[in-house]
Amino acid sequence: MRTIARVAVSVFRESVRNKVLYSLVCFAVLLISTAYLIGQLTAGQDIKIIKDLGLAAISIFGLLIAVFLGITLVWKEIEQRSIYSMLAKPLSRSEFVLGKYAGLALTLVVNVGLMGLAYYAMLAYMATTFPPEARAAWPAPAVDPALMKALGLILVELLLVTAVALFFSTFSSPFLSAVLTLAIWVIGTFDADLRNFESVVASPSAAALARGLYYLIPNFGAFDVKLQVVHGLPVSWDYVVTTAAYGAVYVVLLLTGAVAIFSRRDFK
Amino acid sequence: MTVRGWTLAVGLAALLAGVVGLQRARERLDPLPMPDGGGSVLYVRSPEVMKRAVLSYDAVAADLYWIRAIQHYGATKLSTDPGKAYDQLYPLLDISTSLDPDFTVAYRFGAIFLSEPFPNGPGRADQAIALLQKGLTARPETWAFAQDIGFVHYWWRHDYAQAAAWFLRASAIPGAPAWMKPLAAVTLAQGGNRASSRQLWQQVNDSADVDWLRTQARLRLRQLDALDQIDALRTIAAAYERRTGLRLRSWDDLVRSGYLRGVPRDPAGYLYRLDAARGRITLAPDSSLNPLPTEPVSLSSMGPTL
Repeated sequence: MRTIARVAVSVFRESVRNKVLYSLVCFAVLLISTAYLIGQLTAGQDIKIIKDLGLAAISIFGLLIAVFLGITLVWKEIEQRSIYSMLAKPLSRSEFVLGKYAGLALTLVVNVGLMGLAYYAMLAYMATTFPPEARAAWPAPAVDPALMKALGLILVELLLVTAVALFFSTFSSPFLSAVLTLAIWVIGTFDADLRNFESVVASPSAAALARGLYYLIPNFGAFDVKLQVVHGLPVSWDYVVTTAAYGAVYVVLLLTGAVAIFSRRDFK
Repeated sequence: MTVRGWTLAVGLAALLAGVVGLQRARERLDPLPMPDGGGSVLYVRSPEVMKRAVLSYDAVAADLYWIRAIQHYGATKLSTDPGKAYDQLYPLLDISTSLDPDFTVAYRFGAIFLSEPFPNGPGRADQAIALLQKGLTARPETWAFAQDIGFVHYWWRHDYAQAAAWFLRASAIPGAPAWMKPLAAVTLAQGGNRASSRQLWQQVNDSADVDWLRTQARLRLRQLDALDQIDALRTIAAAYERRTGLRLRSWDDLVRSGYLRGVPRDPAGYLYRLDAARGRITLAPDSSLNPLPTEPVSLSSMGPTL
């Protein structure tokens, strides 16, 4: 466990030193800030649009970080041949993979946390620019604790995307890993279509295949509660906890697969 | 700083100045020709396709389409082109509300935009009603959608039977204000009247949480005030002509004979116009209250055909 933590801290430090990572975070914060200007273009829907845009920005930039850092985690060590010296240390292959994942997960937690803080600060500032009667008409307060549910599920989604990227990176090139990860993510957002495929096709085998894919591919659509929280609609804790547990189990599944593949890989 | 550093800084400043200068020069050039419609094209008109294309970013995509709808409406409204068209307004609102079915403001504002007669809007009360009905299907508990449908029938279509039916339907939805049911009864029995119109617009004004909507409601209320004032001025003019036996030629006649304290002004501050030859009292052509609405009328004044 301590070895995994050491690898994780090392990955996190490397991520912090990574200029691309910094620029993404800065850009995300900047985008949230400029939401104020976009709000001026709309007919009084500033808060709704800032909430939507902020959550979308956190999700998109987190996704970019998860995919483009996730696919290079293992590949970089192999490409630079540093894998040989690392595995020569008292470090098992499973500890190496899990440590890499934990490091990137820590990076994502810190990034989403910082973006979330900037997001709440922006909303708190915006709320002060509206009179009390306008605030009373909003379906949900500007600084709404329920937004944490959306942010939490975005984080779980990103951790799952990272696990997918890491899984592919244990046996394929970064380009292919990126393509496969993004493809899985896109297909995973069509969960409702896959589930109801039998209502649009006559073929039972095609419907069964779609239903199989629905259960097999990570259901990324389930993590999207942005619309509901912005409109102040109820999102039960049961839903949040069950969905987060689903994501966590899927992460464990992918990491187990990644460790299994990486353990059998021949680097000679 | 070293000489090299200074050289770099000066070079960068010079390049930046060059970029700004060229941008200013570029602005002075004739604008490039644009295709008909200003180059604004709605590539995807299918809400279903768009819903899938935006993946899990439907809320922010709905906002972008909403902003596009506002820009399209505003730009077309301000355009002086006699052939202008609001052809993208409904598709934009349709996509926005399909991406975010809870986007209440898009339904309600959209209906107002769509109902406005040309040139201030497309004059498509049918599309306004369709949009609001879509909202009511998504959110059956929102009585305001049913009220707005009744309002479109009442104010723009002068279809009082439909208006009353929708006011009644709105009144049956939990949370609807108490005055909705009496309004339905009055509309069904009497058709339109200025008191009901004022009550409806006053309600819009009081409940609006957006400045634009409040401004619209205030404009309508001032137009109704102007209609009241024009009626009062007609009564005064008739009284003057009855008493003096003379035809009213100017406002000065009424001022001199003590009927008015001064030349009358509309609620926006513009002088009322008196057409002595035709005996008509109207708003000044440059009054901001123009054009006055075609008032909902009472059923009794609509003749024996009703």
